[in-house]
Amino acid sequence: MTKNILSVDDSASIRQMVSFTLEKEGYGVIEASDGNDALARIQTKMIDLVITDLHMPNMDGIGLIKALRADSQYRFTPIVMLTTESNSSKKDEGRRAGATGWIVKPFKPEQLVAVVKKLIG
Amino acid sequence: MDIPNQVYLEEAYELLSELEDALIEVEQRPDDKDLIDRIFRAMHTLKGSGAMFGFNDIAEFTHTIETVYDYVREYKLTVNKYLVSLTLSACDQIKAMLDVFQGRGTVDESEVNSITDEFLKLIPGDDENALSGPIDSSRSGSNKDEGGHKVTYRIRFIPHENLFKNGTNPLLLLNELRAFGENRIICHIQNIPDLRDIKPESCFVSWDIILTTSREINEIRDVFIFVEGISDISIDVIDEADIEEQDYKRIGEILFDRGDITLKDLELILSKQKLIGEMFVESGAVDQTQVASALVEQEHIRTIRKKNRTTGDNTSSIRVASDKLDSLVNLVGELVTVQARLIQFSATQKNPDLTAIAEEVKRLSTGLRDNAMGIRMMPIGTTFAKFKRLVRDLSTELGKEINFTTEGAETELDKTVIEKLGDPLIHLIRNSIDHGVESPDMRTAAGKPPQGSIRLSAVHSGASVLISVHDDGAGLDADVIKAKAIDKGIISPDVALSEKEIFELILAPGFSTAQNVTCVSGRGVGMDVVVSNIESFGGSVFISSKKGLGTTITLKLPLTLAIIDGLLVTIGGDYFVIPLGTVVECVELSKEDKRRAHGRHIARVREEIIPYIYLRKLFCINGSQPKIEQIVITEINDRRVGFVVDNVIGQHQTVIKNLGKVLKNVEGVSGATIMGDGAVSLILDINKLFLLAGIDESKNFTEKAVGMY
Repeated sequence: MTKNILSVDDSASIRQMVSFTLEKEGYGVIEASDGNDALARIQTKMIDLVITDLHMPNMDGIGLIKALRADSQYRFTPIVMLTTESNSSKKDEGRRAGATGWIVKPFKPEQLVAVVKKLIG
Repeated sequence: MDIPNQVYLEEAYELLSELEDALIEVEQRPDDKDLIDRIFRAMHTLKGSGAMFGFNDIAEFTHTIETVYDYVREYKLTVNKYLVSLTLSACDQIKAMLDVFQGRGTVDESEVNSITDEFLKLIPGDDENALSGPIDSSRSGSNKDEGGHKVTYRIRFIPHENLFKNGTNPLLLLNELRAFGENRIICHIQNIPDLRDIKPESCFVSWDIILTTSREINEIRDVFIFVEGISDISIDVIDEADIEEQDYKRIGEILFDRGDITLKDLELILSKQKLIGEMFVESGAVDQTQVASALVEQEHIRTIRKKNRTTGDNTSSIRVASDKLDSLVNLVGELVTVQARLIQFSATQKNPDLTAIAEEVKRLSTGLRDNAMGIRMMPIGTTFAKFKRLVRDLSTELGKEINFTTEGAETELDKTVIEKLGDPLIHLIRNSIDHGVESPDMRTAAGKPPQGSIRLSAVHSGASVLISVHDDGAGLDADVIKAKAIDKGIISPDVALSEKEIFELILAPGFSTAQNVTCVSGRGVGMDVVVSNIESFGGSVFISSKKGLGTTITLKLPLTLAIIDGLLVTIGGDYFVIPLGTVVECVELSKEDKRRAHGRHIARVREEIIPYIYLRKLFCINGSQPKIEQIVITEINDRRVGFVVDNVIGQHQTVIKNLGKVLKNVEGVSGATIMGDGAVSLILDINKLFLLAGIDESKNFTEKAVGMY
């Protein structure tokens, strides 16, 4: 069965890159432009993994992670944060909110695929 | 232009115009958090996406600006007119960089640098390392160790109870480790609470993984990169491939090593005499799974070491003269036969003791037979190695450049098969070098690399071995072959043939399309000899080719020549065995069929017309024909022919006996086998029978028959 991934980022080019890379590997990708949009999307389709940027309007990444973890359906769903900071404060904040892992931008497509495979196979 | 770049460019231009709007507004409302966030995010996206899509100059430039606005967000800097003007100038520069990419205008480097400097000055003094260096991506690449140096690690993965809460699936991590090499994994379940007290959302299990791999230890650590804070990981080297001491640590040592027991426990237990593992469990010092895990580790290392030893030097092997082995197999074969008689006899005696003994004898002799068969199996690698020299010499002589590779050298075959393979393979390789692979000039002209490649591979497939010779040369030209065949009178001009059938024409005697007969090949004594050679011991030849791309010749060979799986049939009181590999099905030859066929020997099986041959007639067997007969339908190379017999008894597996000098050249029979009651049963050579009975004649049957139904 196809695994579905939610890609959340306010940058269309990032969303496109994520879609393109992961669809090639056989995953289904749904895009959302910020936290609110993401929460709306998960009502209509079952998601197996969430990849989210941290800096977004309306509801940012940390807010989204917290909201997902509070939702009984998504409490154990893997969530990956996309971050450009290589220092630990944002990573820790994300992890405390319940994120599973992170990818530092800029990333190569292979790195994205490796992390996705690690988290949902 | 690339689609991703295009999207980025559009997005970037949009972002810039939004930025400008926001900047102008924030000058009026410098405390508006929303506006500041917008500006920060725009810079953040320009930087992040810029780096991803190769706009490194934009990424670097915006990095500084983003950092400054981060400070603004955290109230460490305030927005003022100067900052806004500076940022607006920066936007102009970014636009220029985007324009340059589209082929318009230029970028003023010095302007860019001075703006950057101005931004840098704004950063509060005490935080100069705010501008972190190049963003680090992953910690280690996954470069495989060049030398393939294998090390065995003991990895202990002990998740904290809250592991699942951040969405981790530990099983996937174990799978990642499994992919690194040979491994044994033990799960520790002793900490799982009673069902009443269990908390389903918490993790109470941990794992020990013994892994032998050539990957670096950092790669192993990287598997756990996301769970470092929520689990305990320990990775220890416990064995290295080239350290060959005496036996690996004993169980007690391993447990002590791991910290599962104390020295006192170890000494206390050692002073008693029972099995170490049991005693540890009994004493309560450790529990079952810990001992099991240590045992697994010990076993794993032993297996790895044994492997290293056997693949390394050959001091533990012994040379045996072929005829000694043959006589062993012979004797084993006779034993198996006599044992079958014993079983038959004991069934009639209804003596339970005798039956028990007979069963035991059967078990042992079957084991002995399998063992003896196994001894005859040898890896084909030694044969492959001989060819390297051949290829080198031939390619030099013929002026071709060849890259010769082999695959599956460890595939095992019966030694007799290997011996018989030698000549045919030499011939096939010669063909590939001589006729297949083109000269370097011709290859370059055809857009191919000047060096051609020939690959020899061996692989098990069901009850057979497939050996193939593949070249990336000129391939077979169906038209040329057909023309030549017509020329040589092998086929008539108006016959319609499929591409496969045309390719098979090259196997006909006297066929050769080589323009020049070289001293190496081209005399037309080749392929047909190869084929009859291969078929003589139950193999078959397949050809596949693509013009201009290359050719692959595949030999399908039986795994062993000593034993046959056959279908036992009777004709006129005599027994015959038809190799099971060729049998497709058995049907009854009814009066109805005979009537409908009007004297021709064809039968209709479902939608297919199958020609058949009366073995009784072919073998001139006397005696009366039974009213109902059976057709055994066999298939070779997609052609089906039926053989009419009196009765089909069933499956029968026995040792093949050679016919001996006197009967060796009888056509249609490839060997004999002795039945349980001592009777002799002849093994039919289906290939030859196809030919003997005039397969062309039966082809005509097929064509004409189509009009009948």
